Amino acid sequence: MQNMLVADTVSKFYGKHKALSDVSLEIPENSIYGLLGPNGAGKTTFIRIINQITFPDEGQVLFKGKPLHPKDVARIGYLPEERGLYKSMKVGEQALYLSQLKGVPKAEAKKRLKEWFDRFEIGPWWNKKIQELSKGMAQKVQFIVTVLHEPELLIFDEPFSGFDPINANIIKNEILRLKEKGTSIIFSTHRMESVEELCEHIALIHKSEKILDGKLSDIKKAYRKNRFMVDVKSEAEPDLNILSEKGVEIVQNEFDAKEEVLHLTLQLPCKETGEVLHLLSDLGTVNRFEEVVPTVNEIFIQTVNEREQHG
Amino acid sequence: MDKLGLIIWREYLAKVRNKSFIIMTILSPLLIVGMIILIAYLTKINDSESRIIAVLDQSAFFEDKFQPGKAISYVHFEDMDLETAQDSVKALQYDGLLFIPNAANADVVAQNIFFYSEDNPSTGTTAAMESVIQGVLREKRMQNLGVSNDTFQKIEKEFNLKLASFDGGVNLKGVNEMKAFIGGAFGYAIMMFIIIYGGFVMRSVIEEKTSRIIEVIISSVKPFYLMLGKIIGTSLAGITQFAIWMVSSGALLFICVLLLGINPEAFYLSPEMAGAEMAQLPSDLDENFIAYAQEALQIPWALLLLSFIVYFVLGYLIYSSIYAAIGAAVDNETDTQQFIFPIILPLMLGIYIGFFSVFGNPHGPIAVGFSLFPLTSPIVMLMRLPGGIGEGGVPVWQLLLSLILLIITFLAIVWLASKIYRVGILMYGKKPTYRELYKWLKY
Repeated sequence: MQNMLVADTVSKFYGKHKALSDVSLEIPENSIYGLLGPNGAGKTTFIRIINQITFPDEGQVLFKGKPLHPKDVARIGYLPEERGLYKSMKVGEQALYLSQLKGVPKAEAKKRLKEWFDRFEIGPWWNKKIQELSKGMAQKVQFIVTVLHEPELLIFDEPFSGFDPINANIIKNEILRLKEKGTSIIFSTHRMESVEELCEHIALIHKSEKILDGKLSDIKKAYRKNRFMVDVKSEAEPDLNILSEKGVEIVQNEFDAKEEVLHLTLQLPCKETGEVLHLLSDLGTVNRFEEVVPTVNEIFIQTVNEREQHG
Repeated sequence: MDKLGLIIWREYLAKVRNKSFIIMTILSPLLIVGMIILIAYLTKINDSESRIIAVLDQSAFFEDKFQPGKAISYVHFEDMDLETAQDSVKALQYDGLLFIPNAANADVVAQNIFFYSEDNPSTGTTAAMESVIQGVLREKRMQNLGVSNDTFQKIEKEFNLKLASFDGGVNLKGVNEMKAFIGGAFGYAIMMFIIIYGGFVMRSVIEEKTSRIIEVIISSVKPFYLMLGKIIGTSLAGITQFAIWMVSSGALLFICVLLLGINPEAFYLSPEMAGAEMAQLPSDLDENFIAYAQEALQIPWALLLLSFIVYFVLGYLIYSSIYAAIGAAVDNETDTQQFIFPIILPLMLGIYIGFFSVFGNPHGPIAVGFSLFPLTSPIVMLMRLPGGIGEGGVPVWQLLLSLILLIITFLAIVWLASKIYRVGILMYGKKPTYRELYKWLKY
């Protein structure tokens, strides 16, 4: 699969402050890519470089295999973290203007806008001014403006902030639909749990450096710790010594006498689960045997800690 | 480039549709014409109100000297004592009584002349009476010294210096002032335009910044185009406003003149007249008026208009890009004060230098210096140019040098401003210092 975007050792300095140092990333085509990290890590700087709002001091960015060209802005859609529209301009007029700036001819922009307004059922807003709309309504307009020029690459900075749960869900589904149609999508956020389920690839940015990237499933696999959550149906609290003898560490042990269920969290010595399962089934009926997969948040914290320990 | 056109059009519409802009555009001509009519009306009332002063002359020195004029009419009382006269004046509601007692000679009489009135008389009234008395006194004193009436008339004859240039042409007094006045009007127009519409540009940048739309836009177009489009769009709106003002106040004035029958010439102070007044026009006005009109026609209007356009465009672009950079650097309008003062300073300097130095000596070292200095040249050079270029006017090299310096400055300032603008529009939360602005230039 071809890469949509490749960053090659990109660095950016603001005076003496390092905003990005030697960041290399590969963002595959037609995937959802999570650019994750705390506030101030350098995510927005990186996104601004892709949008050619600022330019890297070192390294380069390739868009579909070629160095970024000013004309590429027409193929990229960007929803910044700080949303905003002209307050005293009418919704339709404004959307037309912004699409035309992205290079969509007026007639075509009008046609597409009508479709989107129908889809979101916001047709009556056309002649309203932005200042007459609620914040959530304005965000919908902003989303339409972001995607109207049918970009090949869509970048959302903190995509779901400011949306109420219902609208957030509508927007999420629209993004997934666009992805189905072949658009590549970058999510940038510090709320890692909010996009975890959507992203196929992620990169973790910390203090201007990329500390980890790759396919999310691979990363999760690598960060498994052989920890399992277990529920065993048993009439009385069983003796767990046989597990300890096999080297299994019992992290948590809680017996619910009323439900006659034993809740366990176990740390296995190796990846082999057959023997432990066998032992557990001797204790009673195993209702649940589930590996505890670390969240991206946990992976991030762990990686940062490891890096700091290694200096 | 078509994106630049889009931006210019949006900025133009945003400005022109703005409610306060529309109100100002409609209201200003009404206010201006209203003011003119009010002034004309008041002037008329003032003119028609003439004072009546009674004169009780018990001497023989002032016979026939108090002739009724436009502002004051004199009523002569005879064979009355002072008290009766005073009562009569009160009863007749005259504005005052001038009492001239009798004595052996004019000087003694003059010392005892009194003016009685209800209110304190205006200086105009007293000056008029004083000048009559003075004249009589002078005449009498001369006679006492043995100068005949005839000789006195000859001495008194008014004198006016006649001016000629070396090539034999007749020079009129006040022509320099007149020319400077015309140039000054152009310079003043530039200053006002820069301050008003530069401020609009600045506020528009701040609005984009605070509404946070800026990042969306500059992910589509280069910040420089946005800045340029904003400046051009706003100035087009300004020119539209100016044009509407000119046409509508002209039309309104015309209608009012027709309807109310006010004579516009009565209060219309043309530049020629202004110049003439400064030079104390000789009594024969009509003949001179033609000469002044001819002089006005000799002003190189084409050159003046052309250079007005060039200096206006360059000057406006320089200043409004600074305004744009300021707007980008701050978060709200209250933070702009510290940056605005240094911009207004050279503009004010240009105007003051113009009025105090260029009027007096259009080609002196100060006038030359400030007409070359790029931040003041759009104003000061325009004040010098009505004198023409080449011999007797602005030397060609000065005009060219001034333009070259202005163009270089224009390029440098726009480049610097766009750098500050580019960084500033994405900076939030703190009031920048000059040092930080300098740092931004290197980002």
